[in-house]
Amino acid sequence: MLAYIDKIKEISDRLLQEKKVDLIIGFRKGTLPMMNEPCFVRSSADVKNLVWDSNCGINLANYLTNRKEKIGVIAKGCDSRNIVTHIIENKISRDQLVIIGVPCKGMIDRRKVYAAAGQEVTEVVEQSDAIVIQFAGGEKTVKKTDVLQDNCAICIHRNPVISDEMVAEPVEEQKGVDRYEDVRRVEAMSPAEKWNYFEELLAPCIRCYACRNACPLCYCPTCFVDESKPQWVGKTLDPIDTRTFHFLRAYHCAGRCTDCGSCVRACPMGIDVRAFTKKLEKDALELFGWEAGMSLDVRPTLDTFKPDDPNTFIK
Amino acid sequence: MKVIKIDKKHWAGGIEKSRSAYRLFGPVMVENKDFSEFKELDAGEMPDMKATDTRTSPKSICFPPEEVMLEYSTDEACDDCNLMKVPEKNYSPRAAIGIRPYDAAAYLVVKKNFDTPEYRDPYWCDAYEACTFIGLAVNHPSRLDFSTSTNSGPFDESGLDVLLVDMGDHYFAKVITEKGDAYLKAAGWEKSAGKDAEQQIKDLKTQAEKAIQSTVSFDRIKEKSIMDLHGAEFWNDIAFSCINCGTCTYVCPTCWCFDIQDETRGKTGVRIKAWDSCMYPLFTIHTTGHNPRETKVQRVRQRFMHKLKYYMDKYQEGIMCVGCGRCIRSCPVNIDIRRVCQVMNG
Repeated sequence: MLAYIDKIKEISDRLLQEKKVDLIIGFRKGTLPMMNEPCFVRSSADVKNLVWDSNCGINLANYLTNRKEKIGVIAKGCDSRNIVTHIIENKISRDQLVIIGVPCKGMIDRRKVYAAAGQEVTEVVEQSDAIVIQFAGGEKTVKKTDVLQDNCAICIHRNPVISDEMVAEPVEEQKGVDRYEDVRRVEAMSPAEKWNYFEELLAPCIRCYACRNACPLCYCPTCFVDESKPQWVGKTLDPIDTRTFHFLRAYHCAGRCTDCGSCVRACPMGIDVRAFTKKLEKDALELFGWEAGMSLDVRPTLDTFKPDDPNTFIK
Repeated sequence: MKVIKIDKKHWAGGIEKSRSAYRLFGPVMVENKDFSEFKELDAGEMPDMKATDTRTSPKSICFPPEEVMLEYSTDEACDDCNLMKVPEKNYSPRAAIGIRPYDAAAYLVVKKNFDTPEYRDPYWCDAYEACTFIGLAVNHPSRLDFSTSTNSGPFDESGLDVLLVDMGDHYFAKVITEKGDAYLKAAGWEKSAGKDAEQQIKDLKTQAEKAIQSTVSFDRIKEKSIMDLHGAEFWNDIAFSCINCGTCTYVCPTCWCFDIQDETRGKTGVRIKAWDSCMYPLFTIHTTGHNPRETKVQRVRQRFMHKLKYYMDKYQEGIMCVGCGRCIRSCPVNIDIRRVCQVMNG
């Protein structure tokens, strides 16, 4: 993946020079180890600032919402699926976009790297399949596959599903992955156990909405938690209000979530927000055979119905 | 200046003893997480003095995420029907054990807002006055610590009543105020540290300050006009990656903004003060529906202009930031206040 950057720069430069796009949306180097920052580039001279490595986990589809320009956007497998969803949901039009596809081998979970280091990390150097973690007075090498984000470890759509330019040949997709082992574990719990599980999961929440705001699906002009006339949800850390926010948000993502992991990555309190969305993803797959964002030509499962639907409520 | 020596063998006993006179607050690891929080300690719970870089700041000791200000009943059978009353509050002495010196210094910043000649926020002020700050000096500053640039530092005493310095098998406790002295007495720590303790503390202080790698400069921001900074081109670039969550404001020890909410149930209700964030559109929206800070760029600009310009101009005491580095560490997209400060100062 490290070799991609030259190609990304070449394509970006060309698109800008040929005025095919007004700006490129990509990543620049961050100020902390394992943190690259989403950025835009409007001129050839700034293309040099673009970076690519396994610290580009933020979903760039989130930065396309309602934009008016012509945009070159760098897209991993998950970003591309959210771009498809954005196009279907009319948040951006296909002809505004030049999608620069990046075959992805997974993004690093910085928390796993910190845990592996056991102390403050000064620098992280990425090699093809290994991560060298540097800290005061030493370094440690770990396998990249051991420190991947959880969602990346079970990803089965690493290659972009839609693109105009590809920076490399597609990577091999992971086969035989059990995507829902964790969901089944929760499904098997008794109601009381489930209640406790979600209660503990949400206990650290500070209602900062980082999960919502990092999510490309959460683009409502006014989120239901921000409505004030009437106000649906309280503003405090009352567990009922916190729960309401997370449950409703998850259901708004049903049949739309691509499991990009942005919510988990963004949460400052280390909450596994995917515990909600994955169950809904599993249901969409098992009940409707639906995976979000795979094609521009199929209507999403929750905005269609079939006359021969086995349930009667819709008839 | 008095310095007390606390043998670590006497630490737990002293903490325990002080509980009879103080409610204790301190850092503890959050269960199943890799970070700590600053909270009121349960009976028998000890402050974790190795976990003092808490994820959210200790501002919550006096400024909790939510606090009931007033309660009321509209039940006519009740004597106080339709009257707003302050609920019973516990302002008995409390102590913040192991607070970082710059986090305590942040209290002096927040105080400028909650305790002014015109207005006094009784909830914050009463809690603050009840609190004794027993700080722990930072012997090994993190890479994100830029507190020496912000009028504070790893051994800053300005917000503290006692400065503890970890000396291995014992602490030195430098007594800064009478309040601090009273706490140490309540804990039963009264053994003088001897003559050279102050020099040892000074040496460690110099060492810690030297170890700080991160700095910011804001000398030129001071000279620039508000309107020039406000209208600068760079805000689009700075704000681009921002997702407008409230993380930076919620983890910040100096962010003081709050919302007031009424919550009603049947015939009773409460009026609550709850943290708010200038990152949220709802923060500024008017009842007309007009929002003077409608866009993300405006909100991001507001946060940094408040911290790095308006505050400095208004109080003439530097920036509204103590350099703890929390917002840098927790920002989901790596917006770095040091970088913003550099751009504004450029």
